[in-house]
Amino acid sequence: MRRLKAQIIDPEGFERTLTRLAHEILEKNRGAGNIVIVGIRTRGEFIARRIAAIIETVEHTTLSIGSLDITLYRDDLLGKLEQPQLKGTDILFDINGHDVILIDDVLFTGRTIRAALDELIDLGRPRTIQLAVLVDRGHRQVPIRADYVGKNIPTSADESIRVHVKEVDGEDTVLLMHPEE
Amino acid sequence: MPLHSKHLLGLDGMSREDLQLILDTAVSFHEVLERPIKKVPPLQGKTVANMFFENSTRTRLSFELAERRLSADVLGFAATGSSVSKGETLKDTARNIEAMKVDMVVLRHGAAGAAHYLSRVINANVINAGDGSHEHPTQGLLDMFTIREKYGRLNDLHVCIVGDIAHSRVARSNIFGLKTMGARVSVCGPATMIPREIERLGVEVYHHLDDVLPHVDVLNVLRIQLERDAGRLFPSIREYRQTYGVTRKRMEKAGRVVTVMHPGPINRDVEISADVADSEHSVILQQVLNGVAVRMSVLYLLSTRG
Repeated sequence: MRRLKAQIIDPEGFERTLTRLAHEILEKNRGAGNIVIVGIRTRGEFIARRIAAIIETVEHTTLSIGSLDITLYRDDLLGKLEQPQLKGTDILFDINGHDVILIDDVLFTGRTIRAALDELIDLGRPRTIQLAVLVDRGHRQVPIRADYVGKNIPTSADESIRVHVKEVDGEDTVLLMHPEE
Repeated sequence: MPLHSKHLLGLDGMSREDLQLILDTAVSFHEVLERPIKKVPPLQGKTVANMFFENSTRTRLSFELAERRLSADVLGFAATGSSVSKGETLKDTARNIEAMKVDMVVLRHGAAGAAHYLSRVINANVINAGDGSHEHPTQGLLDMFTIREKYGRLNDLHVCIVGDIAHSRVARSNIFGLKTMGARVSVCGPATMIPREIERLGVEVYHHLDDVLPHVDVLNVLRIQLERDAGRLFPSIREYRQTYGVTRKRMEKAGRVVTVMHPGPINRDVEISADVADSEHSVILQQVLNGVAVRMSVLYLLSTRG
């Protein structure tokens, strides 16, 4: 069991953070003309849809949105005790030449993003791949950084971050949990 | 939840959860096969030996492709031109291959039970790619996957298997898998080709295709094995075709849209007419692609069982 240490982002802050991320993405890319959105399953997928919805409203446009299941590209797949279930990659558009905004909930060791980059590159050759995360908690094990960060949260390696989203958990919040007891 | 067994020997006794997991996972691999780069890395560093003691083109190619698309290293082995012709036993051959640090063995063998036997004498995961007239589990799974892809479900569908049921491992694997998933299964063929007491497996028996056709959703047409002694089981090919041949005329008479499957290779205009095999209701070529996806699913699930 892990006990709650602190609420890092509350529901209002959550919405504001997504809005800011959406605007930063638009600013850097000078509009939504060439961007496509890819969320990493499972929580990243919902964050991606939310950010995409904000961009669509602001820019009066429709974006291509897909989701990525990186399970097959994990570097710890064969050593895991519990078999991860495949949820499937669902990218029904061409990413060649586009600016792919890759979105996840938490950036931690960077290994998930490494896997996601490998998978994306097997799907095509985007013009750029940019990474947006809701939370960056540090402790990188591979040289990866995010282009857009909702909130930097200093953590110890044995603490954990829980991201809740309305769609699955009923509310939007980010919680910092104590180490396992 | 991982698969219950470390081997895939047959669909007889396999749980509904395991069947469901294999079919669900295959959906993800089907998507991989539609990508520009049809290859993913989960079996990197694993070695799979394909031991085929019986002739096979499509099953062997399908397994080999599935293994390569999962980034496994693949060892090919065919009985002819190997030490088997020098009298080496299955056990010794397999143990020697295993000594080369092979992680999985895919076995096709003429003797029923060969895969079960092998799974007891070696440590590698064993996948049965057909053992005599016993089982051909990946064929059963790909047939189920294909039906589910078409109808979105398996329960309450009526699947009729037509042909030489008695000598067919494809029929047996289909019956076990489909029954577990809640489908209605019937078999149809001349009495010489229907095993006695097959009703005990919960299937209905028909001897005239025209009797059952108006009630079925899916027709799984088995190949008449002309190279074996099929000729002893019915008087002539012409007569077989008249009673059991799946023809357009017969299909139209049934007044029902029926999906047609065939495990291949087809004897055109023997068990199935060319126009039905090539019709819009035929899913024969989908079965081939689905075979790769289902085999990827099995290889992946067995090797990552932990």
